[in-house]
Amino acid sequence: MTTIATDTPRTHGMDINSLQRDFGATRLEQEKIALQVENLNLFYAKTQALYNVNMVIPRHRVTAFIGPSGCGKSTLLRCFNRMNDLVDGCRIDGMIKLGGEDIYHKRVNVAALRSRVGMVFQKPNPFPKSIYENVAYGLRTQGVNDRRRLDEAVEKALRSAALWDEAKDRLHENALGLSGGQQQRLVIARAVAIEPEVLLLDEPASALDPISTLKIEELIYELKENYTLIIVTHNMQQAARVSDYTAFMYLGKLIEFADTNTLFTNPAMKQTEDYITGRYG
Amino acid sequence: MKKADIGHHISQKYNQELEDVRNKVLHMGGLVEQQLADAVLALTTMDGALAEVVITNDYKINRLEVEIDDECIHILARRQPAAGDLRLLMAIIKTITDLERIGDEAERVGRMALRFIEGETTKDTKPLLGIGYFGDHVRRSLHAALDAFARMDVYAATQTAKEDIKIDQEYEGILRQLMTYMMEDPRSIPRVIGVMWSARALERIGDRARNICEYVIYLVGGKDVRHISLEQVEAEVRASHRDEKKPS
Repeated sequence: MTTIATDTPRTHGMDINSLQRDFGATRLEQEKIALQVENLNLFYAKTQALYNVNMVIPRHRVTAFIGPSGCGKSTLLRCFNRMNDLVDGCRIDGMIKLGGEDIYHKRVNVAALRSRVGMVFQKPNPFPKSIYENVAYGLRTQGVNDRRRLDEAVEKALRSAALWDEAKDRLHENALGLSGGQQQRLVIARAVAIEPEVLLLDEPASALDPISTLKIEELIYELKENYTLIIVTHNMQQAARVSDYTAFMYLGKLIEFADTNTLFTNPAMKQTEDYITGRYG
Repeated sequence: MKKADIGHHISQKYNQELEDVRNKVLHMGGLVEQQLADAVLALTTMDGALAEVVITNDYKINRLEVEIDDECIHILARRQPAAGDLRLLMAIIKTITDLERIGDEAERVGRMALRFIEGETTKDTKPLLGIGYFGDHVRRSLHAALDAFARMDVYAATQTAKEDIKIDQEYEGILRQLMTYMMEDPRSIPRVIGVMWSARALERIGDRARNICEYVIYLVGGKDVRHISLEQVEAEVRASHRDEKKPS
């Protein structure tokens, strides 16, 4: 009898490796490293705010920190440009390396560090000066006074903060006359003007309306081509939208750090799952 | 993701929405299973009335598919589910597509039964001998797949997925048997071909039951196990069991 050709209903025995599963997934191992955190512990007087944090921040990527209030995400963010130095009784041990050098070494010039690691806060905080002077401020403090150089730098910064078209005709008007979203982009332009390596964003959009928020998010996407960005946000969907990597923190500990796609579809830790799906533990 | 995890959202309404949509899927599964059982029974017992019932009832399944899809899209739009919740919705959307197609296959078997009964001059039901048993096997497999879905049981899902191999073998056996009938008596060919189509429909249902098992594995462990061999499925399931969500 002839064999019957039942068209094989299933492809059995196909090699799992022949099928690419992680479409477009980013891999931490393959990234260049901008910042490295090693065994970081932080104390505010007697209370410990960060517990033994170890992580790497990949270069020219957006890394988001998420977690409930008081989990230490802003504290960790502020460690990257030593903003915590200003807090009384704050003590840090462990290491944070920027380009291989410990930023907490006693010979580090903190002002110079902050020009390499810029920061933007929740509330836009432009100086009560003109738009132009806000952006030029950082360069002036570095001793740049050449008019043409300043003009170029201001235009470049405003363009990269997607504010040029709106601001070019009113460069010498008071910055406080801008809308909240524009002010926030101005502050980002001010941070970008001195060409830092890393940009820290602490809830940059939480005081803005949805459209301004989207503009900031679009800006973040564009900025990562030239800068390493770290963003702290309470808005999980925002973290999911803008970031390449996400760190989930809870009670001062780094619970999980993974590429954003994985963290939001299949987190490894139950605490992460409970937080991002809106459950109580 | 475990079954117990469906609740526990801070938003009770969200719990309710997910639970509702999940219950609807189970209801739809039960309906499809009933349709399949009825279709096979109608064919093997040559019960024309029952076959008619199967054919007319298919609209219920189609309607549930549309309803569930609608609910899922509302949840996606309003809740932006993540992690296990997102995988649950993804699994549901895919499962109901397969369920609806299983419903169509059952309807097809019902139509074959009608044609078989109407065109019947002799009372020769020999070609139908294997079908009853085969149909029951497929129905049990579907039941097990739906059960694995209801209990979110990866182990049961893997075992049920394996059952598809046996179903395929059995299908081949039935084809051989039907061929001998056709060779013995060429006049039986039109009728036997009808039976063959029914067997084919049942075999496809087996494949779809396996698909559902794969969605269960994805839903629970986050591992996409489509289009790989069963050995690899088992290995993946074991691996994901090992690194089951750590409570930390």
